[in-house]
Amino acid sequence: MPIRHGLLALLERGPMYGYQLRTEFEASTGATWPLNIGQVYTTLSRLERDGLVEPDGPADAGTPSPGGSHGANGKLTYRITPAGRAELERWFATPLEHGSRPRDELAIKLAMALTTPGVDVRRVVQSQRSSALRTLRELTRRKAQADPDADAAWLLVNESLIFQAEAETRWLDHCDAQLAGDGRSPRPATTRENPTEVPR
Amino acid sequence: MSQHVLDLRDVSRVHGSGEAGVHALRGVSLAVAPGELVAVMGPSGSGKSTLLNLAGGLDAPTSGTVLVEGTDLGGLSARDLAALRRRAIGYVFQDFNLIPALTAAENVALPRELDGVGVRRSRAEAIAALDEVGLADVADRFPDEISGGQRQRVAIARALIGPRRLVLADEPTGALDSHSGESVLRLLRARCDAGASGVLVTHEARLAGWADRVVFLRDGEVADDTGRPQPAATLVSGRRA
Repeated sequence: MPIRHGLLALLERGPMYGYQLRTEFEASTGATWPLNIGQVYTTLSRLERDGLVEPDGPADAGTPSPGGSHGANGKLTYRITPAGRAELERWFATPLEHGSRPRDELAIKLAMALTTPGVDVRRVVQSQRSSALRTLRELTRRKAQADPDADAAWLLVNESLIFQAEAETRWLDHCDAQLAGDGRSPRPATTRENPTEVPR
Repeated sequence: MSQHVLDLRDVSRVHGSGEAGVHALRGVSLAVAPGELVAVMGPSGSGKSTLLNLAGGLDAPTSGTVLVEGTDLGGLSARDLAALRRRAIGYVFQDFNLIPALTAAENVALPRELDGVGVRRSRAEAIAALDEVGLADVADRFPDEISGGQRQRVAIARALIGPRRLVLADEPTGALDSHSGESVLRLLRARCDAGASGVLVTHEARLAGWADRVVFLRDGEVADDTGRPQPAATLVSGRRA
């Protein structure tokens, strides 16, 4: 899970308490995936259970206080453990599996559109493409207004969303060209192989 | 009079005639306001280049009207059309079209000299225009002494020098890597934000993201326009049991 590893990466910089982690996570990713504080604490307690983080001393004192990790202001700070550091290294070293992504709703929608009578698939494709381009325009505006130095981290995230939206339009272009090419009319899917099955 | 810098009204273009006639464009309307950058996308053969040629007065429509700065191109003599094309419209092509024997500054100054502006003043304007696109330091270099991205920014400076405020760009980043391509689009965007109007033909969605809206052509017709939201209800036609 990205939150889990995101928090580990932040703790690699130094001990932090929950609210700080939330702020730093959002600063790094441009608030693209807002976290609620509950998620942060749930994730932290799982990380602690798995031995990847451990309670640290008060945030302001910088030294662990025996028998209690609450600082004077009541904030519980955490630090990364050697096991956590190893897990973080493994995460950075391992490419993400495409097959492990959640089901692609858009692909499912188009497959359904193609096989449902009375649906104009090319218009579904076109409206999706326009939507992707509006998204691209917004992301590009954000990029244009950003400070390349101060916002470097979230610009990278923003760029990832730009490339994803671009990839979607390219895939839609491809679908559209294919649909135009064979003048396809809707037909039942029962005669087709299952192309969405991902090889294991 | 039109408040638009470019206004295509119900424009069609048929190549050839009779049964052999090819409809490159069918009843396309497109208006571009000052400050607006419009991207035109669509598969090859959808009419993108025809649209750009008509907008630039390089080709004439079979029917319909093309207005540039409120002037109907169809009503102009060949000579007046050539003058308007030179005075009002800038072009940016994939292959830059800079003159290799002229320096960057001379390339940018050329349209102004053709406008009848003196050499000294043309050069001063060219240097200022290059400065605006961040290239003052390469003013006296020849095109083959600067990078592809710089060449294309010189081409944009040239396209918008003097009173010109309509720039027509045909795949302007075609041969550039993505970083240089982006600097070209960033510049085009900045020039439009400063009051110019742009039409950008591109097949890259990432570049079209710099535009205010995207017009899709398909088989010579406008298939969609991101500036014109489509009601979702029209997506499904017919009744189903």
